[in-house]
Amino acid sequence: MRPAADGPGLPDADDPGLPDAEDPGLPAGGGSGLPETAAGELVTVMTGFARTLRAAGVPADHERTQNLLRALSCLDASRPGDVYWAGRLTLCSSADDLPRYDRVFRAYFGGLRAGRARPGAVTLIRYASLAGESRDRGEGGEESPALAAGASAAEVLRHRDVAAMSAAELAEAHRMLALLRTVRERRESRRFRPARRGRLDPRRTIREALRRGGETARLRYREHRTKPRRVVLVVDVSGSMTPYADTLLRLAHAVVRSEPRATEVFSAGTRLTRLTAELRHRDPQAAMTAVSRAIPDWSGGTRLGEEIRRLLALGDARGATVVIASDGWERGDVSLLGAEMARLSRTAHRVIWVNPHKGHEGYQPLTGGMRAALPYVDDFVAGHSLAAFEELAGLLAGVRERPRRGRRLP
Amino acid sequence: MLRRTNTASDLQSPGRLAELLGREAYLADEGLATAAFLALRMGRPLFLEGEAGVGKTELARTLAAVLDAPLIRLQCYEGLDGSQVLYDWDFARQLLHLKAAEASGVTDAARLEGEVYDRRFLIARPLLRAVETQPCVLLIDEIDRADVEFEAILLEVLSDFAISIPELGTVRAPTPPVVVLTSNRTREVHDALKRRCLYHWLEHPSFEREVAILMRRLPECSAVLAEQVAGAARRLREADLVKPPGIAETLDWTEALLTLGARELDPGLAAATLGALLKHREDHEVVLANGFPGAPRG
Repeated sequence: MRPAADGPGLPDADDPGLPDAEDPGLPAGGGSGLPETAAGELVTVMTGFARTLRAAGVPADHERTQNLLRALSCLDASRPGDVYWAGRLTLCSSADDLPRYDRVFRAYFGGLRAGRARPGAVTLIRYASLAGESRDRGEGGEESPALAAGASAAEVLRHRDVAAMSAAELAEAHRMLALLRTVRERRESRRFRPARRGRLDPRRTIREALRRGGETARLRYREHRTKPRRVVLVVDVSGSMTPYADTLLRLAHAVVRSEPRATEVFSAGTRLTRLTAELRHRDPQAAMTAVSRAIPDWSGGTRLGEEIRRLLALGDARGATVVIASDGWERGDVSLLGAEMARLSRTAHRVIWVNPHKGHEGYQPLTGGMRAALPYVDDFVAGHSLAAFEELAGLLAGVRERPRRGRRLP
Repeated sequence: MLRRTNTASDLQSPGRLAELLGREAYLADEGLATAAFLALRMGRPLFLEGEAGVGKTELARTLAAVLDAPLIRLQCYEGLDGSQVLYDWDFARQLLHLKAAEASGVTDAARLEGEVYDRRFLIARPLLRAVETQPCVLLIDEIDRADVEFEAILLEVLSDFAISIPELGTVRAPTPPVVVLTSNRTREVHDALKRRCLYHWLEHPSFEREVAILMRRLPECSAVLAEQVAGAARRLREADLVKPPGIAETLDWTEALLTLGARELDPGLAAATLGALLKHREDHEVVLANGFPGAPRG
């Protein structure tokens, strides 16, 4: 096959049937192939195809391209169907790659010009302006020019609502937040480690016996290792959460940095976006820049019910401590939120709900979403100040004041 | 008469492989047939991802039947370690041997060690068995359930199909076994592992293929029933369910309907057998409230 050649009748860009091999349009176009393609030309064409795929965001690296050429040598490179499948099998490595692969394949071999990967929907760094909005509403005298670095100032700051902080205070709070290192509750792993008591460790017992010339004098023992319990954080980034979302994401960064391998972070708005990779940056600022690029739905509405459903489908919540940071302003179906929270509470180890408004005096959980979710929440905590975040960190470390909820049926 | 075995070199094309799979009642589409064909030809593991019940595990079973090779299955779960997947020593017998040696007065540590770490005290676990068995099909099922440490072990074995046992030496497979890895995608498997494999995303079968599969697998199923079941399954997959039914579930369901003597799908029977198709109470509620999609509409 030749790139951008006379259209071999491949389905057009809107045809969803391409990945389905039973599509009659795809394998039938044998006439358009290049039966006498020289090996060299095939390499050039396929390398170009892989390069185009990379530009579109599919990780079709050199090794994978080599695999494609090897695969094609087992197949018929003049058949579009064979080229399609050989490429898809060797160059893609995730279901997310498939739509992009189909698009590039059509463009490259179908005579269209391949498009570059679309840049992220949001490149604007939200948190800078976000703090500014709330600062204007702050109490007039709070804009202290010289923020004392003394312990008492820090103590005052700990209990201040982040939505009412000045830019300088917020920067200081974020600096303190970046220093927050959370200890994680541990659970028993299925792996073993040597121990002084516990179960018999036959492997080490034999070794010991051999060392003593075959005399099994000392028995060795082993016990289960422990590993950190996974935490799944879902941060609501919808409009009503604007004053808090940035700080909550910074908290998420601190949690990821403490246990990078046992934490998953998602943003929730109109869709669920996984942010764990973005938050792995050591530098909080770099992480926040990456996060603001990755989130496509800042300041929109919230459809928490659907997002939790998606989260459950992903499987990350199973056995984990799930933290949902939201004010519970549900735009979607409140009864769906209740049903999905019920499922979440059965799947997750523990469900913690962080509501920034809970820290305000006289708060009542009156929003429909909050009322629907509360029966399935183990811990309902505030999330408006550094002190509240420290309380949350304590919960993640397994410090419990209240026992686990009784299982309530709806 | 001995059954003629198919080897990888006998398979001329993906179409031929699809035909052989079809004889074992596995109807593969072009993509899957090409994937399996290339896995055999290139000696690469096949990484199958897709929703539960689309026939990932079944493909490995059928490939084993087509190649007339034993199927070695490794079901993954968290905490799998080397002694469960590679090899282990039979400690009880080793200890007995040491006791016997002690009783007969042998105290030469070097000699004892040589005796204790003998092949006969070695228990081969699935990966070592696969390396030692020629030919074979190795099924590594639901790798997304295992943890990252296990992926590292697997990476080592799948890169050169050799397992080194410090006390005995290296065991190497003369030709790479056929390896099928499956994942339900409950988590993302590490890229390093995926890049050694051919990646195939398995979709639910098309309507026509599902009808064909039902009739091929369940000969007593009428065309009418098969079409009604496949139509219901297709609509259920479009509906917003917790767990849309896979082909495994539609096969179970059809079998349940046939057991109750159904010739055609009727709402009463469908409701009675719904548990074979949908495994979540929430889904039952949705289906029963909205009217069963298999029932004729309009």
